[in-house]
Amino acid sequence: MKLPQNLLFTKDHEWIRVEGNLATVGVTDHAQEQLGAIVYVELPDEDEEFEQGDVLGAVESTKATADVFSPVSGKVVELNEDLNDNPGAVNTSPYEEGWLVKLELSNPEELEALLNPEDYQKLIDEEA
Amino acid sequence: MRYLPHTESDIKLMLEKTGHKDLADLFRSIPDKLAPENKLNLKAALSEPELVEEMTRLAKANKFEEYRSFIGAGYYQHYSPAAVDSVLMRSEFYTAYTPYQPEVSQGTLQGIFEFQTMVCQLLEMDVANASMYDGATACAEAALMCRRVKKKRDKVLVAKSVHPEYRKVTRTYMSACCDDMIEVGVDAAGRVDLDDLKSKLNDNVACLIVGNPNYFGVVEDLKSLADIVHAADAMLVVTFSEALAYGALRGPGYFGADIACGEGQSFLGSPSFGGPGFGMFATSEKLMRQMPGRLCGRTVDRRGTPGFVLTLSTREQHIRREKATSNICSNQALCALAATIWLSLYGKRGVSELACHNLTKSEHLKKRIAALKGYEIAFSGPTFNEFVVKCARPASEVVKSLMAQKIIPGVGLAPDYSDYPSHLLINVTEVHCESAIDALVAGLEAAGKGGAK
Repeated sequence: MKLPQNLLFTKDHEWIRVEGNLATVGVTDHAQEQLGAIVYVELPDEDEEFEQGDVLGAVESTKATADVFSPVSGKVVELNEDLNDNPGAVNTSPYEEGWLVKLELSNPEELEALLNPEDYQKLIDEEA
Repeated sequence: MRYLPHTESDIKLMLEKTGHKDLADLFRSIPDKLAPENKLNLKAALSEPELVEEMTRLAKANKFEEYRSFIGAGYYQHYSPAAVDSVLMRSEFYTAYTPYQPEVSQGTLQGIFEFQTMVCQLLEMDVANASMYDGATACAEAALMCRRVKKKRDKVLVAKSVHPEYRKVTRTYMSACCDDMIEVGVDAAGRVDLDDLKSKLNDNVACLIVGNPNYFGVVEDLKSLADIVHAADAMLVVTFSEALAYGALRGPGYFGADIACGEGQSFLGSPSFGGPGFGMFATSEKLMRQMPGRLCGRTVDRRGTPGFVLTLSTREQHIRREKATSNICSNQALCALAATIWLSLYGKRGVSELACHNLTKSEHLKKRIAALKGYEIAFSGPTFNEFVVKCARPASEVVKSLMAQKIIPGVGLAPDYSDYPSHLLINVTEVHCESAIDALVAGLEAAGKGGAK
């Protein structure tokens, strides 16, 4: 299981990469593996604002549709529109090409409560 | 799937297995206050000849066949070719409940797929579902879908000229989520009042619902409505109760409607005292994941053979639970199949010819009534096979007068529209022969005498 060390994670299997005031959000390798082949990714609108824990979008596989929750509060500044044509990028490259949105953080303190790679690894080990 | 009742010995065996002493014991967990006090209040069983006699007596009490009816108002009299029933009555079709397993239901699934294709062709829309309960619930589901798509906008505009029952059902659906439904007025043409519409559009409006043809039989100016509504970033929902109109009219999709939905009963033939009918629901490809209901798709199996399966199921409640797009999983598969057979028998040209026949007949009747003393055509907008006549007397009196001659001239608007006390909604289709039309015109003429024009 690939688990990049420069990311933070949520209990709902989202990841977040923080660069200054910007955060890139996606779903984890574990999440895409559980869902199976992703056929559609529902993204929010640009400029849409979310509180931590709000439903940001959804990933749909042939078997299920899972909500994606916003790991932090913020405003959407960029969408990965390539996913419209290639939703499978979430499967093949969950941490790089398969990112979903970039958020402008409105409350960076929320980052402190997120899981580090080690804690997230523990969580998925427990689930297994 | 067959209906196999339990025999006494089945029941005894099952009770033994579950360890209950009798049926009352099995159902003991139902609280007393909820349990039926006694057996159902039914008459004693009849022998077969007695039953036939009783049913014949009841059937004879129905006098409708003696009347010539010009009632439309949401359900229309059309002719259903005998071949429809003969195909439909195959037990593979009419005994199945939810025939969705692709391994055993290719015929039914193909029927649903063909139905969806025909709905798309008729309405000029991208994607149609496998049908809904009826026009009113399809309209209500469209309102909910617009709320899902336009997340932050919680108001729905509905034209007053939309079928009163569709508005009532939509209001009921909306009331469960505390949303507002705002009505938009009617102009002299019987169409949506564009000034009233513009004054009510704002950032909180998710959509406008219009009828086309509307309840007054009037064809709306969908192009203008789509432009105005889309400029306000809201959605246009076009609903209808006379689907045959689209044999003569361009589909809502041609004018840019986001959702087209309505009643398909016209393709079943008889109004049958109000049912069953079925709902049609179609939308654009962009919005298909927000569409309620079942959807059948065509695919290939691993050997490359074409086949049919339900698709986009992950938005439905058996998978998405409380987050499902809609709670509607049911459809009117048998009625939709009957409509598919009906439409395929008439064919593209036949449907168009039949629609033009209805239109011509209606225009003919309109002219004859307009020439009578005491009557005028209420709205100036174009109509399909139904129109509103303004009488010189209350419409209820005109109806009563013609009923005495075994003619039902139409439906008075008064119960649903207090400002139209003398307005009568009249429908004519291919089933009305020239002599019936002559009788209606003569009856109206007699009933109109004495009233000032």
